[in-house]
Amino acid sequence: MLKSKYFEVIRTTAVILIALAIAFLIIALVSENPVKTIAIFLFEPLNSVGHIGNVIEMAIPLMFTGLAVSLLFRANMFNLGAEGIFYFSGVVASAIAIHWSLGGLIHPVVAILAGSIVGAILSAIPGILKAKWNANELVTSLMFNNILFGIGLYLLNYQLRDAKAFANVSFKFEKTALLDKLIPGTRIHTGLIIVLGLIVLAHFFLYKTKWGYELRMTGANRSFARYSGMKTAKVIVLVHLIAGFIAGMGGSIEVLGMYTRFQWTALPGYGLDGALVAMLAKNNPLSVIASALFLAYIRIGADLMARLSDVPAEMISIIQAVIILLISAEQFLKFWKNRMLLKEAREA
Amino acid sequence: METPLLEMRGITKVYPNGVVANRDVNFSLRAGEIHALAGENGAGKSTLMKMIFGMEEPSEGEIYIRGEKTRLLSPQDAIDRGIGMVHQHFMLVPSFTVAENMVLGMEPRKGLGIHYAEAVRMTEDTARKYNLAVDPKAKVEDLSVGMKQKVEILKALLRGAQILILDEPTAVLTPQETEELFRELQQLKEHGHTIVFISHKLKEVKAICDRITILRGGRSEGVFQTSEVTEQEISRLMVGRDVVLKYDKSKLNMQAPVLTVENLSVNDSQGRALLNNISFSVHSGQIVGIAGVEGNGQRELMDVLTGGLRSGASRGTVRVQDTEIREANILTIRNLGVSYIPEDRMSQGSAGEASISDNLISTHYRSKTLNNGVFLRASKIASMAAELIEAFKIRCSGPKQPIGMLSGGNMQKVVVARECSANPKLLIAEQPTRGVDVGAAQLIHEKLLELRENQGAIVLVSADLNEVLEISDRLLVMYEGEIVADMEDPSSLSEEELGLYMLGIKRQEPQHIRRTMNDVEV
Repeated sequence: MLKSKYFEVIRTTAVILIALAIAFLIIALVSENPVKTIAIFLFEPLNSVGHIGNVIEMAIPLMFTGLAVSLLFRANMFNLGAEGIFYFSGVVASAIAIHWSLGGLIHPVVAILAGSIVGAILSAIPGILKAKWNANELVTSLMFNNILFGIGLYLLNYQLRDAKAFANVSFKFEKTALLDKLIPGTRIHTGLIIVLGLIVLAHFFLYKTKWGYELRMTGANRSFARYSGMKTAKVIVLVHLIAGFIAGMGGSIEVLGMYTRFQWTALPGYGLDGALVAMLAKNNPLSVIASALFLAYIRIGADLMARLSDVPAEMISIIQAVIILLISAEQFLKFWKNRMLLKEAREA
Repeated sequence: METPLLEMRGITKVYPNGVVANRDVNFSLRAGEIHALAGENGAGKSTLMKMIFGMEEPSEGEIYIRGEKTRLLSPQDAIDRGIGMVHQHFMLVPSFTVAENMVLGMEPRKGLGIHYAEAVRMTEDTARKYNLAVDPKAKVEDLSVGMKQKVEILKALLRGAQILILDEPTAVLTPQETEELFRELQQLKEHGHTIVFISHKLKEVKAICDRITILRGGRSEGVFQTSEVTEQEISRLMVGRDVVLKYDKSKLNMQAPVLTVENLSVNDSQGRALLNNISFSVHSGQIVGIAGVEGNGQRELMDVLTGGLRSGASRGTVRVQDTEIREANILTIRNLGVSYIPEDRMSQGSAGEASISDNLISTHYRSKTLNNGVFLRASKIASMAAELIEAFKIRCSGPKQPIGMLSGGNMQKVVVARECSANPKLLIAEQPTRGVDVGAAQLIHEKLLELRENQGAIVLVSADLNEVLEISDRLLVMYEGEIVADMEDPSSLSEEELGLYMLGIKRQEPQHIRRTMNDVEV
């Protein structure tokens, strides 16, 4: 029998199914050969090692930002700054990858740590503004995204740009700085192991340590946490530091794992996608893995569909919009939950 | 038999969080009666009334008004059918005048603006008709609680209410104000109005109600003529057992002072004195009650004692044993062995979405028994939570259940369990049983007395006069930021006499009050 406590799982599944159904409907209207197009969208990502590799490659940055945003959301901080930090830390790691020469193992470690620490420091600014002066973290973090993008682009144009390349890209990274590939035939890199490790660590941090407990209580009710003697301002700064560190690490690992030059001339969007991943994962670190894979899967499916059929990849934005809308719509399926509750109550 | 004015049949209400507030309840009102609705907290009284007032819809069951089946989808539906409600927490705009509040949502117009003179006239007419004197031009924020309540009642009457629902109307009133309210209700009854009177206080129910419906655990326990049931019978039906209204208190065994307050003053940002030169002390093994009408400085006193006041706002000294805490932060104060049961369990005392177990450890998780420096000790926490749930008879499905799904009384038990389990040297209990059912209140009182037995010092602030009179060893009465009375044997005092001090009509000589301080030197 269905129980009301499984309601959230059922609801999330229903949301995803509805979004997919809408996608199919659109495909059916647009495509000359809808059945084939849908089949490409659904199954092509699994069709070869290379395609599976694409899904996992894309899931790695989504896991980083999804984890960072989950922690922030858990502390009831609606901070969307992972976007700018992801980008800027990528610039920082690139600079070190280009201009320093270090040993094969140390080089990426130094570049990634530098990116992560810069990310943590930058993220702490909206955190401190929130903790000390109650400045709305959503506003400050969004403004920071623009600021960091501007500075990052300036550094790319005036410090890192390779004039010999026929595009707005940086010099090539030193070979020593690049991350190792894990599986031949794909671009899956060691970043996967790092992010999975981080997710497990975050899980233990959040549910088993006293600092994680403080974070959860501050998020659940800040005045209750303060009344209990917790230093909520410190908790808020701490969660910003951790989230910034993770997002910064994600950006650094992404550039060193996937590219040989820094080439983002626009914000890559992973930070905002992280918010979607966190929402699907209900801000649970372990669930971030599944929700990042899901999102990566439908994106790669859409890409392949665009390449192999007559439906453009932008269709995926519609699916995402429907998912966000329905997940954040609290009333969705409420009536059904109420009916389940009534039934359970009568049986009790 | 005549058709009832209002009838509810087979009402079941399940909230989205799974709480079953009402289960197959029948309720009926005869025209022109005062009908009491009594029951423990979480028994479903407020929910039942919210359904009559269109704020909630029943999950199952039917509502009939004058024999006609009705669906009430909004308060406006209810108002249109002559139902009015006076909420426990008043729904008035403080910065508006009485007349403006009266016509809110149905303003008489003059061009584009409000016809203020007409609003005043409407207010005066209604007030005269029902013999409820109010000043239409006074601002609501300047009114006493009793006056605000009068405005709420008039507001409902102006909207044509025939049925008037009063949700715990006497909870915030002094005994004198309560008597006045009862006279007014009798008058309304003579005018042909029907009144639903929600209350925990059995004496009041007996005094003015014709019939009583008793709810327990969401179910109706029956309807009775009030004259035919005794208080004991009602209370047994409410809680399912006989409630002891007196406690076996051991003899006062007072030890060294734990809390010493000397010449404490607090000013607000405009320099107005909120606390004026207060001095008292609380000894280990002693319960000091603080009574007073709300807004006479108790809030500020509690803020100083619990570290909730911004620094620089107060003068004087406040010591816990030998440590000055007037400007200390919350953690420092807690580490001195001070526990605090806050007035507002929802916004301060608990985190609704967190589990019972998470809520139970919020003030203990720092102790080395519950963590090893980094990780929380899950098994220790689990056994502690299980013990407290057992000891405080917290009704729940288990320690992992979110606290927000519990009824008010059970939620309060979690708060009290947490604060008492620290074995505090000093417990500050602010309205520990407000809005809590008789059974839970009794348990909380027993736990407070147990702590006193174990040499804890307790400050008890409460609007429930019975509670402060019965539990305290010494009683202080606050009026306009000062202590106006200091009494040794509170249980011998009557509520009426206490009311005189609370309203500032009587006050003791300053020398008599200073006596508390002199004890310290003994």
